[in-house]
Amino acid sequence: MSAAIAAEPKVAGAAAGVAGARSAAEGAGTPESKYKTGSRLERVLRDGHFAVTCEIGPPQSAKSEKIREHAGVLKDVSDGQNLTDNQTAIVRLCSLAAAVHVKAAGGEPIMQMTARDRNRIAIQADILGAASLGIHNLVCLGGDHQTFGNHPGARNVHDIDSIQMIQMVRAMRDERKFQCGDEIKTDEPRMFVGAAENPFGDPFEFRVRRLAKKVTAGAEFIQTQCIFDLKRFEEFMKMVRDAGLDEKVYILAGLTPAKSDKALKYMQTVPGMKVPDELIKRMAGAEDKKAEGVKITVEMIQAVREIKGVAGVHVMAIAWESIVPEIVEKAGLLPRPRVG
Amino acid sequence: MIVAEPKPIAEVAGLIKAAKHVLVVGCGECVTVCQAGGEKEVEILASALRILWKIEGKDGTIGTQTIVRQCEPEYVAELAKKLKNADCVLSLGCGVGVQFIAEAYLDKWVVPGLNTKFAGGTVKAGIWEERCGFCGDCVLHLTGGICPIIRCSKSILNGPCGGSQEGHCEVNKEISCAWQLIYDRLKGLGKLDLLDVIQPAKNWQTSRDGGPRKFVKEEAMIE
Repeated sequence: MSAAIAAEPKVAGAAAGVAGARSAAEGAGTPESKYKTGSRLERVLRDGHFAVTCEIGPPQSAKSEKIREHAGVLKDVSDGQNLTDNQTAIVRLCSLAAAVHVKAAGGEPIMQMTARDRNRIAIQADILGAASLGIHNLVCLGGDHQTFGNHPGARNVHDIDSIQMIQMVRAMRDERKFQCGDEIKTDEPRMFVGAAENPFGDPFEFRVRRLAKKVTAGAEFIQTQCIFDLKRFEEFMKMVRDAGLDEKVYILAGLTPAKSDKALKYMQTVPGMKVPDELIKRMAGAEDKKAEGVKITVEMIQAVREIKGVAGVHVMAIAWESIVPEIVEKAGLLPRPRVG
Repeated sequence: MIVAEPKPIAEVAGLIKAAKHVLVVGCGECVTVCQAGGEKEVEILASALRILWKIEGKDGTIGTQTIVRQCEPEYVAELAKKLKNADCVLSLGCGVGVQFIAEAYLDKWVVPGLNTKFAGGTVKAGIWEERCGFCGDCVLHLTGGICPIIRCSKSILNGPCGGSQEGHCEVNKEISCAWQLIYDRLKGLGKLDLLDVIQPAKNWQTSRDGGPRKFVKEEAMIE
């Protein structure tokens, strides 16, 4: 399978020697540059830095202050901040508006977009709108099923799936085409395109083949589901390397600091997540559970950094955004590189 | 077949509350097989409603008739005689049957006695499962004969999503992950390569997204 992947190499300058790769010079829009977009995250990754991204969960209200506050804290300790798109299918301030707030606060927004709530018309419209507002990063997702959220009676859309969304966004950028084939006559949206992959989903042996499909579709960076089971992630990364995918896509290892053993136990019940019992035991035995959560995450960062093919970390401090600077600092990832 | 289930009797009683002479109409096709609206179910429901009306001291009649198919006008026409004295039809056909009766008898109040659920089959006695999503452009040759449109909760064409775990769908453990089934079947057949191909965005115009559908077969038409 890996030989059939026609995606370009992740470091544009490394085109030589990678079968089926296109050189950066063939990239549309910026023929002289090894960068395809105005994304700072793209610069960090293509320049070979170990990247740090994090996540801001927009509020269940029209209040923007917290988003800006989080962005203000996170902008200097991370290279990009994901804005979740109605995560777990709970209605929240939209990821596009949240991304604009992050940008206004000096951050580098990474807009998440699910296929659950929008059809191809709405997704493309939002991408044009986001690009017009200076958003340069997009993560294409399927989205949690609506039965998890606070509107279980809602109808879902799933007009296209996440892989088809990646293809669509790349065609908008590189071929200046809408999904229907119509030309984008001017100012095509230039997004640095990300996707998710879950090393803990099943069937395990197919996850890397599916990742390859995302890369073929045009994903340039991947943020993984939260890693608690390091052994399985190592196995996953070995399969990634065997398929040559680490040469074609930037993989950011997803990590979530937990505040308690109870939180870990809950995460154990979330579909698609694996949390080893030993980790819960360790947390239960800790006197200061929050400090232990930080310690575990820092250890995890150090461990995944040693794994070949891991290009960065994605710290998802769910409803605990303020802890990210401490984690990043303790992991020795400060200061962040200054690019663009 | 079309699989349907009976509405609760209290709800049905409410639907015919204003009626005086009701004809309960069964259908001899799908709903007979899934034991929701065949002759047997029609007679049982009619008896139950008669008892209910008697307890409530309500005047009126409740008759019964089961026809071969409610989805064909020539059989629906057979209801004319019994409907002469009725003001209400309680159809135990699927949603198609209810509409064909309503279209044929403009002066009658027609109400549904069933909830029409899905296109499926009998997996074992008393259990029916959904199998077809009526997308109008079959992809079963790509997926080992397992439909991702209707059996995947997200209708993903390049699955499985990240919520697939130990063969279950993220929605609940009662649902098998369609993409795990597809993977297992194609692996068994030595055809996993099919899954390496990116399936493009689907043209949903052949589904209900193109508006209500019609199928015309000219050679079957009678002048």
